[in-house]
Amino acid sequence: MHSSAVFLIEFGAIILGLGLLGRIAGRLKFSPIPLYLLAGLAFGTGGLLPLGASEEFVAIGAEIGVILLLLMLGLEYTATDLVTNLRTQYPAGLVDAALNALPGAAMALLLGWGPVAAAVLAGVTWISSSGVIAKVLGDLGRLGNRETPVVLSILVLEDLAMAVYLPIITALLAGVGLAAGSLTLAIALGLAGLVLFLALRYGRLISRLVSSDDPEKLLLVVLGLTLLVAGLAQQLQVSAAVGAFLVGIALSGEVAEGAHHLLSPLRDLFAAVFFVFFGLHTDPASIPPVLLPALALAVVTTATKIATGYWAARRAGISAKGRWRAGGALVARGEFSIVIAGLAVTAGIEPSLGPLATAYVLILVMVGPLTARYAEPVAGRLTARRRARGSVAGAAAPDGRLPAPREESLEPLGGSDRV
Amino acid sequence: MSSTPLPGIGVRYDLTTREHRRLSVVAQRDGGRVLSAYRTDDPDACALSVKLTAGEAEALIDALMPCHHSPNLLSTTGLGLVAERIELPAASHWNGRVLGETRLRTETGASIVAVLRRADAIPAPGPDFRLAGGDTLIVIGTREGVDAAAAILGRE
Repeated sequence: MHSSAVFLIEFGAIILGLGLLGRIAGRLKFSPIPLYLLAGLAFGTGGLLPLGASEEFVAIGAEIGVILLLLMLGLEYTATDLVTNLRTQYPAGLVDAALNALPGAAMALLLGWGPVAAAVLAGVTWISSSGVIAKVLGDLGRLGNRETPVVLSILVLEDLAMAVYLPIITALLAGVGLAAGSLTLAIALGLAGLVLFLALRYGRLISRLVSSDDPEKLLLVVLGLTLLVAGLAQQLQVSAAVGAFLVGIALSGEVAEGAHHLLSPLRDLFAAVFFVFFGLHTDPASIPPVLLPALALAVVTTATKIATGYWAARRAGISAKGRWRAGGALVARGEFSIVIAGLAVTAGIEPSLGPLATAYVLILVMVGPLTARYAEPVAGRLTARRRARGSVAGAAAPDGRLPAPREESLEPLGGSDRV
Repeated sequence: MSSTPLPGIGVRYDLTTREHRRLSVVAQRDGGRVLSAYRTDDPDACALSVKLTAGEAEALIDALMPCHHSPNLLSTTGLGLVAERIELPAASHWNGRVLGETRLRTETGASIVAVLRRADAIPAPGPDFRLAGGDTLIVIGTREGVDAAAAILGRE
């Protein structure tokens, strides 16, 4: 009796606090994710106001939050979207993975954290935040821009890559051997392939089975199905989140739209709980020691993301300005970096990884909207100045090459680290 | 008009005008529309990007309709009726036949309220009115009725 009252007071205070923070974020026009993380830091161990009674519920809520985040992501895309993107854009996806996962892995190895932590940190730096980016593109009035499909297709590929990456990480964190690990991977790939195939071939049929005109029944069926599949996936060591993502992919058309509409508020609630949970488990005192590596990682991966976007946009035949815009837009990291780091934290690997990921995401979730806005004007000013200098130098250049094309080829690397 | 899928957001429809200006409409999943016009100095970027609700988009479409200059014809849309100009082709099956033969009102529920022939307008033509190729018929009815009427009148 008494403990349930304490629980209600604590949990109510957390949710109310998040609501107020969300309003502040809305007023300031930026993502509430960093505020939720900070709230978690404040309420957690070593924070300003440690809470205890509601911890177990918050932990389960956080798990549901991850599942709903991935389910909604799956609902956003149709299987056709995924397949066409994979077919046409895979080089951009590969460049993205190589440029942005390697710095994270290298940093973890540099800190002496071992290969498993390296694989986790690689994921943290690799995956951009589709939520933040889609919102920023809308706010900046760039939905119609020619480079926007390039940005979006990179996000789609990252989300698809998560379906393969998460099971690998889950297996690695569970500490299973090479044989069991490859078996898990085979199961995951087989499952993902099967779901894609079923969704492409029988999507309409699956959706009709789930479909219902009554919103209450639709909500219960979709939520129940998702949690069930997520649990079964977890049992197979494939990662619950991937199971939820695949359910989202399999649903299409009207059902997907209806479910999206009904589940959005639930997702918002539980995703917020998830960010708080992650913050709760991070001791604020553990952040200062990892601040410097986090900052270094943020600088490097800002540059590599801009380079990725620049390269992908150039490949799509976008002009130089659009290439910078595409690069700047991709910088924000957010929910999925935390999802990945959260897996490692729950598995109890490398205690500094959580704080590092927290600091890293806090930095980039705020820097991302800024680079989206200013990467192009800053790059434009820099290249204009260089061009002015280049035309003087170019006249006297011994190799006699024209300055303009040479600059073009230098831009993605030479310019991006100055932004 | 070409279209580009925007995964997770919707579809973008593009139009390049005769004057080489580019316009696009992003149709968002939730029914919202974003109308964009592109800059001339940076054709990848939008000079204008306006968010429209479903209702605003509808009002804009109405104003953009080529036949909007005859508002009297279109004022029936609020009642669930539509008025359309249907032209009889020169080689029409109905060329020289009387209106009664089309059995238009019986079959489709739509009525021919006037016929435009060269400079003349003949109001309320009766069943014995003789049609000619090149006539423009003003037909009023439900959307389905008018479409069915257009199909009948299109016979060659």
